[in-house]
Amino acid sequence: MQTILKTENITKYFYTPQKFKVLDNISFEIKESEFVSIVGKSGSGKTTLLYVLSTMDTDYNGNIYIENNVITGLKQDKLARIRNEHIGFVFQFHYLLPEFTCLKNVMIPALKLNRFSREEIEVKAYQILKLLGVEEQALNPASKLSGGQQQRVAIARALINDPKIIMCDEPTGNLDSKNTSIVMDIFKKISTELNQTIVVVTHDNDFANSTDRIMEMQDGRIL
Amino acid sequence: MKIFPKIKLNVDLEIALTHILAKKKQTVIVSFAAAIGIAAFIFLNSLVLGFNRDSDEALFKSTPHIRIYVEDKMSEPLFTDSKSNSLTIISNPKIINESKKLLNPEKILYNVKLIEGVTTATTWLNINIFYNNGSAQVNGSSSGVNIYEANEMFDIQSSMVEGSLQNLISTPNGIIIGVGIAEKLNVRIDDNISVVSPTGIVKIMKVVGMFKTSNSVVDKSKSYMNLSIAQQLMAQGPDYITDIYVNVEDPNTAVSYLPLIQERTGYIAEDWKAANESAEASKKTRKVMMGSISIIILIVAAFTIYNVVNMTVKQKLHDIAILKAQGFAGKSVVKIFISEALIIGILGTIMGLILGTLLVKALSKVYIGGDRGYFPIEFEPKIMIMGVFVGLFVTFIAGLIPAKGAAKVDPVSIFRNL
Repeated sequence: MQTILKTENITKYFYTPQKFKVLDNISFEIKESEFVSIVGKSGSGKTTLLYVLSTMDTDYNGNIYIENNVITGLKQDKLARIRNEHIGFVFQFHYLLPEFTCLKNVMIPALKLNRFSREEIEVKAYQILKLLGVEEQALNPASKLSGGQQQRVAIARALINDPKIIMCDEPTGNLDSKNTSIVMDIFKKISTELNQTIVVVTHDNDFANSTDRIMEMQDGRIL
Repeated sequence: MKIFPKIKLNVDLEIALTHILAKKKQTVIVSFAAAIGIAAFIFLNSLVLGFNRDSDEALFKSTPHIRIYVEDKMSEPLFTDSKSNSLTIISNPKIINESKKLLNPEKILYNVKLIEGVTTATTWLNINIFYNNGSAQVNGSSSGVNIYEANEMFDIQSSMVEGSLQNLISTPNGIIIGVGIAEKLNVRIDDNISVVSPTGIVKIMKVVGMFKTSNSVVDKSKSYMNLSIAQQLMAQGPDYITDIYVNVEDPNTAVSYLPLIQERTGYIAEDWKAANESAEASKKTRKVMMGSISIIILIVAAFTIYNVVNMTVKQKLHDIAILKAQGFAGKSVVKIFISEALIIGILGTIMGLILGTLLVKALSKVYIGGDRGYFPIEFEPKIMIMGVFVGLFVTFIAGLIPAKGAAKVDPVSIFRNL
């Protein structure tokens, strides 16, 4: 199995209100098609770790590798390109662009990547929406959907560029129990059917228990 | 929502367009603010151009582009004292009482006319005279001219109200006077008046024409007569000429002819700008005044655009964060928001051009009478092109500042604070 994501001695400090070691020497590997959850109490550093892994937070010590290529220290434009091409994000809140249709929201990262034609992208976006059971919402504005539907569209958007890894920050944190189970099922489905590598930060133990591997964090360390 | 499906849009531009179209009303209102700025810029600059052309035209009715004349010379002290310890000599230099006569005026005229770019050149003799009719006396100045050449230069015909220029040729002792003189002396066409020159020579002359200019002082003092009569009034021979007036193709380049004319004639030549510095100064004042007003209006319009783009950025922090998370680089974000400003700017510029043109056209149809006729405003493509560039530049800057701010948005801090 190939290693998709690897960290070496990630250490990070918060400087306000006072100097505080939020991540302490974190090293781990995530293999291809693994479904990993990171759990821990509030303030354990799990969300901070996810944003460091996401390449959006560059203020840390240590090294991060995606498929054995070091990404630590790369320029912002280069990192943006890596996020576009290799990483999909799902957040607690869906962050769909309200002026666009669901379909367009899903298409935008692929249009930015500009690897396929607009028609090919549109076909693919439809396929993914169908896989996630929201294809009938494709032409509705994102703001008109229910919370669960919005989150499914957001997952579709994360999948559009066939990312090497999907990173999720409390993807069910904002949903009721019914929608939570739907979203959980979807993650399991894309993990098993698409062999998608997923790392998810959650404090929902049921969700964590349904993943392949649980990493528990405490005081900035992985237990 | 499909926007212009035929055109292949860059995704950054597509997002900008969607933002703009989502708020059509706001876009139109802001574009209108920009339009007013650009229209004001075009209108005020056209106004300045019109006024300046008009005042130049008025000036060129009595002033040639270039005047060749004999410069007064100051007398030189007999002793020049350079050593400080020697005897100090007090001298009192004065103007040398020399003739103002240009030597061989026909040769000068011939040489000047040969210069490329010279359109008209004519001999000219200005004299101060008294006009008398009975006991009524008016003082003024008369120009001894070749009336055809003078008309070609100053378009005297257009200000004639009675009689004709032709009559001056056929009547050697004829005189064309301003209407103010005629009124004061109570004379009509074909009446005789007596004219007294500074040398004391009196001549009876026949009024063959009258003119009316926009300047009443000129109307009350100015007259034209045949050159030979003016020479007789000065008690001089037929080669007595004090001035040669020259017109060139482009009056604004008059100054560039001066060295050549001085070289070919040996006399001083002065261009109209040097002779009318106050007119030039008032033109510059107008330009600066209107220029600063139009710039202030443009700045206000720019602030409106800045405000709207800035507000959009503030409202869309979450959108910017998610776009950055999805791999939109800082320069893409800058492009999105500058595009929004430029779309507003382009709309505003188009509306501004239309509005400005309508304003200029409307005002140019306003009749104000006098010898001006219609309101002096000029419609010129150069100003329109300048308006387009200024409008787009201003909106670009107004968009650049908030767009730069948007590019600096840190997605992590947005996501963590939700």
